[in-house]
Amino acid sequence: MSAYSATEPSAASKWVAGTLVTLYMVITLLPLAWIISTGFKTGPDSISYPPKVIFSPSIEGYVNLFTDRTRATPEQLATMPPPENFVDEIVQRRGEVITGPSRFGERFLNSVIIGFGSTFLSIFLGTLAAYAFSRFKVPLKDDLLFFILSTRMMPPIAVAIPIFLMYRELGLSDTHLGMILLYTGVNISLAVWLLKGFIDEIPREYEEAALIDGYTRFQAFRKVVLPQAATGIASTAIFCLIFAWNEYAFAVLLTSGTAQTAPPFIPTIIGVGGQDWPAVAAGATLFLLPVMIFTILLRKHLLRGITFGAVRK
Amino acid sequence: MQDTPPATPADRLARATPPTLARKVRGLSDRSIAWIFVAPTILLLLAINIFPLIWTIRLSFTNFRANRPNEPLEWVGLRNYERILTDPDVWQTMQATAHFLFWTLFFQVLLGFALAWLINRKFRGNDLMTTLIVLPMMLSPAVVGNFWTFLYQPQIGLINYAVEFVTGIPASSFTMLGSVSLAPWAIVIVDTWMWTPFVMLICLAGLRSIPDYIYEAAEIDRASKWRQFWTMTVPMVLPFLMLAVLFRGIENFKMFDLVVLLTGGGPGDTTLLSSIELKREAFEKWRTGYSSAYAIILFVTVFGLASIYVKALNKVKER
Repeated sequence: MSAYSATEPSAASKWVAGTLVTLYMVITLLPLAWIISTGFKTGPDSISYPPKVIFSPSIEGYVNLFTDRTRATPEQLATMPPPENFVDEIVQRRGEVITGPSRFGERFLNSVIIGFGSTFLSIFLGTLAAYAFSRFKVPLKDDLLFFILSTRMMPPIAVAIPIFLMYRELGLSDTHLGMILLYTGVNISLAVWLLKGFIDEIPREYEEAALIDGYTRFQAFRKVVLPQAATGIASTAIFCLIFAWNEYAFAVLLTSGTAQTAPPFIPTIIGVGGQDWPAVAAGATLFLLPVMIFTILLRKHLLRGITFGAVRK
Repeated sequence: MQDTPPATPADRLARATPPTLARKVRGLSDRSIAWIFVAPTILLLLAINIFPLIWTIRLSFTNFRANRPNEPLEWVGLRNYERILTDPDVWQTMQATAHFLFWTLFFQVLLGFALAWLINRKFRGNDLMTTLIVLPMMLSPAVVGNFWTFLYQPQIGLINYAVEFVTGIPASSFTMLGSVSLAPWAIVIVDTWMWTPFVMLICLAGLRSIPDYIYEAAEIDRASKWRQFWTMTVPMVLPFLMLAVLFRGIENFKMFDLVVLLTGGGPGDTTLLSSIELKREAFEKWRTGYSSAYAIILFVTVFGLASIYVKALNKVKER
């Protein structure tokens, strides 16, 4: 680049832009920082006014998140054996005893099972369909692709009414399988559109060379196209996973116990007299952190993922 | 490519003349492969999307109630549709939805474009900052919405404290989520916080797609920066911006999770968006037939608006 360029912004304008964007970034990340820090506060610290920025960290929130407790009178506490570990100690110091593990672990596990199950299925079906749409003459191709996309325009509650009735008939209500199938049905449009874009970018010559070398179409797909599309498949998978992980509307309407995921559960974490904010924050932190990490890993393909492949960089 | 088999001339010759039987077993025709590959996806979509849609249409002409499945089913024709379209309460939820839709799009476009424009100055660390700014939009709206109710608490919340700190209005004198006049704005603020990065990312792609030589040519012609911005930057980013508005528009028309956890539709019915109203009718009052008709009306509205919009978008793109 030459010393003077019409398109290179001046140092001053860079400085101003950098300052403004930094300011926005700090403000926009403040709520997230607040979630994470509240998870390490004690109950009184979390609701003190003015809000406490500096506090002595405690794992009370995490203890509350993972346990069910009940109040105990001082006499009862006196008869109890001395606390065996630091968790018991924290709880007993507040005049409570642990009655068992909370449901959070199960709900989190449900999120993992349903998230990974539906992602696997979406990617499996989506890759096949995307390859066919990318390489073959499928009759009514454009109509089918648009049809696949338009399924996303339905409000989830509108879909939930008949799904609710259908699942009740089929015995799929509140089951992992039911939720996996449902999320796959929702995610498949994203998977097909994104993967078609990624496969379109792989030169056909590679497969043609393989076909000439005696591979069947299927072998060429498996041994030539799939390895080339690996990055695209991985990022599509992460998008599907994040959707299933975050989904709330279907989860709250169609699951109540066995298959309930974490998003409908976290807002119901209640302490004495209202929500137990440190526990809610602890649950939110554990739930949101994986997505934050995935987002950072995905940053190169982010734009593509959120626009169904309409915008590529 | 390490997977390609070694292809000596002899190998090729051997493969070029395989036994007819082997050929039959090995190679399905491209056409049948295409069908085998596409069919499962189509079947799944038929089962999870189309069949339910048809069922909803059918239910919308009945007085079916899902909590009393054994009652005799009565066909009511278009009466559900008639009742919805003439119900003033429904129009109020439409108004609340329109308010939410308009202002979220307005702020997100404004802030998103401004941010993209600033980030495009290519200052140091802009890549890292972009990634961090994007974080909110990837998170679970339900979990985030629930936590924002904490930030909005009048006595202890961070937002009220910040308002007091900056403007001097006492923090306990107003409740963002509990006040009829503030709640519609409170949900706009959270949605804008969450989704501005979405518009920003798409605008940034638009800005980066403008080739440098256009600006160099304008510089030679001595076009002012102001003029360059309005005659070159804006028109070239417009298709991208419109695409972002399309995506956000559809999503926010369907908005449920974030707002239901923030306000649940209240106070009064001031933040009762149509999806929340639909949920109440369908899963709390169990008026399944009525809410099916409501669902169809919403779907037709969003589909119709989106189709018109896409036509406009294509016109802009062609220019």
